[in-house]
Amino acid sequence: MSILRNRITTKILTVASTLFGISVFVFVVLRVVPGDTISSSFGIETSALTPEKIASLKAYFGIDKSLVGQYWTWLSGFVSGNFGLSYHTGVPVTSLTLHSFPVTLELALLATIIGVTVGTLLGFYSASQPGGRRDFVGQIFGLMALSLPSFVLSTAIIAVSANKLHYFPNGFEYAPPWVNIGLNLQQMMYPAIVLGIAVAAPVMRTARSSFIEVQDKDFIRTAIGKGVNPRRVRFVHVLRNALNPIVTMTGIQFGYLLGGAVIVEQIFALPGMGRQILDGITKREYATVQSTVLIVAITFVLINLLTDFIYQKVDPRIR
Amino acid sequence: MTKLKKAEKSWVFYYFRSLNGLIGFTILALLILGSLFALFHATPYDPVAQDINSMLKPPSWHHIFGTDQYGRDDFSRVLDGVRRSLAVSFLSVSIAAFIGLVLGVFAGYFGGFFDTIVMRLSDVFFAFPAILMALAIVSSLGHTWLDTAIAIAIVYTPIFVRVIRGPVLSLREMDYIKSARVLGFSTPRVLFKHVLPNVVPIFLVQIALSLSWAILTESGLSFLGLGTQAPDASLGLMVSEAQSTAAFAWWTLVGPALALVFAVVSLNLVGDGLRDSLDPTRRSV
Repeated sequence: MSILRNRITTKILTVASTLFGISVFVFVVLRVVPGDTISSSFGIETSALTPEKIASLKAYFGIDKSLVGQYWTWLSGFVSGNFGLSYHTGVPVTSLTLHSFPVTLELALLATIIGVTVGTLLGFYSASQPGGRRDFVGQIFGLMALSLPSFVLSTAIIAVSANKLHYFPNGFEYAPPWVNIGLNLQQMMYPAIVLGIAVAAPVMRTARSSFIEVQDKDFIRTAIGKGVNPRRVRFVHVLRNALNPIVTMTGIQFGYLLGGAVIVEQIFALPGMGRQILDGITKREYATVQSTVLIVAITFVLINLLTDFIYQKVDPRIR
Repeated sequence: MTKLKKAEKSWVFYYFRSLNGLIGFTILALLILGSLFALFHATPYDPVAQDINSMLKPPSWHHIFGTDQYGRDDFSRVLDGVRRSLAVSFLSVSIAAFIGLVLGVFAGYFGGFFDTIVMRLSDVFFAFPAILMALAIVSSLGHTWLDTAIAIAIVYTPIFVRVIRGPVLSLREMDYIKSARVLGFSTPRVLFKHVLPNVVPIFLVQIALSLSWAILTESGLSFLGLGTQAPDASLGLMVSEAQSTAAFAWWTLVGPALALVFAVVSLNLVGDGLRDSLDPTRRSV
């Protein structure tokens, strides 16, 4: 039993069991869906198909086996990098994902950079005057950013930009950064700002309370009493000790962006993972949805692990 | 005597002394009142009645939020949308809160194998974004408001489990709980009289916050076309329809957007107010 008590082993086992649970969950949820790939491909013509045709289509789509068999085929394929086939386009999900993952990753990175910068600065600004005017301004922003749904903000931006300013880069076909970096950044701008604001709100709230808490600590009072430059105290002593919760919050938000940007990707026509999942759901493509969701989940879990690791680096007390 | 009286003041007193709580409560009460009008079909116009003669009219005394591209009254539609949003979020959060409370208390108090299973399951639910989860569940259940509510309930249950389990875990080790057990109090008595009252504050705050997230999730699903279906009014659906009209008829976007923002803001403020008033150390005197 001693091997089970080892922290790293426990962690790996936990992660593995979580991922296994997710794969089962996603698989089961999709099988409850009324209708299958065949009826969604043929629509009302499904009833015109002969039983033999249906049987051969089922074999083609791989849904003629038992559920356990289907699950096993999918999972063993997934582990070896074969994510299945998107039947409507005839493209393997693996290559779909190779195209969509960078889009989502770039968007998530940009949004996180915007959100963390704005959020931390505002939190710092608010905390410099707890209960005062600055704090009020910061808190109002935090509350607004938390309450303004991303799809409302996006719709407003499109209405103003496309129709009043006659500027709407997302009207063009998506340009990957290695093809046209200028257009790519323009296309990323609005969605990154919308998501950045959504990230800024929780980061700001976390940063604010963390700064306020650290400011009250004895060692800060000691530093000020010793005559250390107040600026240095705030930017070095306070900042460094208040970073932990901010790092954690950043990790969580980044993870959510990797799969949770469905709505924004849809509105701004960015072909990322969120849209891939949404497409898969509307077309009832088991393979696309299952594999993409599992990839999102794996990335999410890995980012959480990474956050834990950074957390330990930043805060020696945890080691 | 006077001192004693002061100490007896309930958290409700402190709740209404906090500005956040007061504002939040007022907005929420107004929204609930508005949705009651919609519930009893007392809106100025029928929310789904089309009128070709008054398409896309700006706000006026007849239509205070203007009309949409089918000539439907936006104010009536917003009221009906608020009713639907509140109904879905109250129902889903009630389910999630109840199941989450029961599982959280049992997992935290009894620990052991049951705890491990519950926590592993909640790990699974935490490993991907709520909206994805809701999308997947809704796509398998269907698009009625009840399906949306069930999907959101499933998504938010694990959050309640975690929020409740943590404090119960530390309460279990407290001396007064231990002594209650040593004195031979029955388990239900310990749970209901000694453990539960101590998680009520966290529980209530979590309910307020979850309600605000549930409204966002519900409207997001409707926006994507996976929630309430046209022609029924829903705030998310109205914003989605406004995508094609907002450029020249701003009111089609502003009406539902304001309702959504106010609903979410009010619930957040109620959460803040509850947190401040239920926690004696945070009360402002």
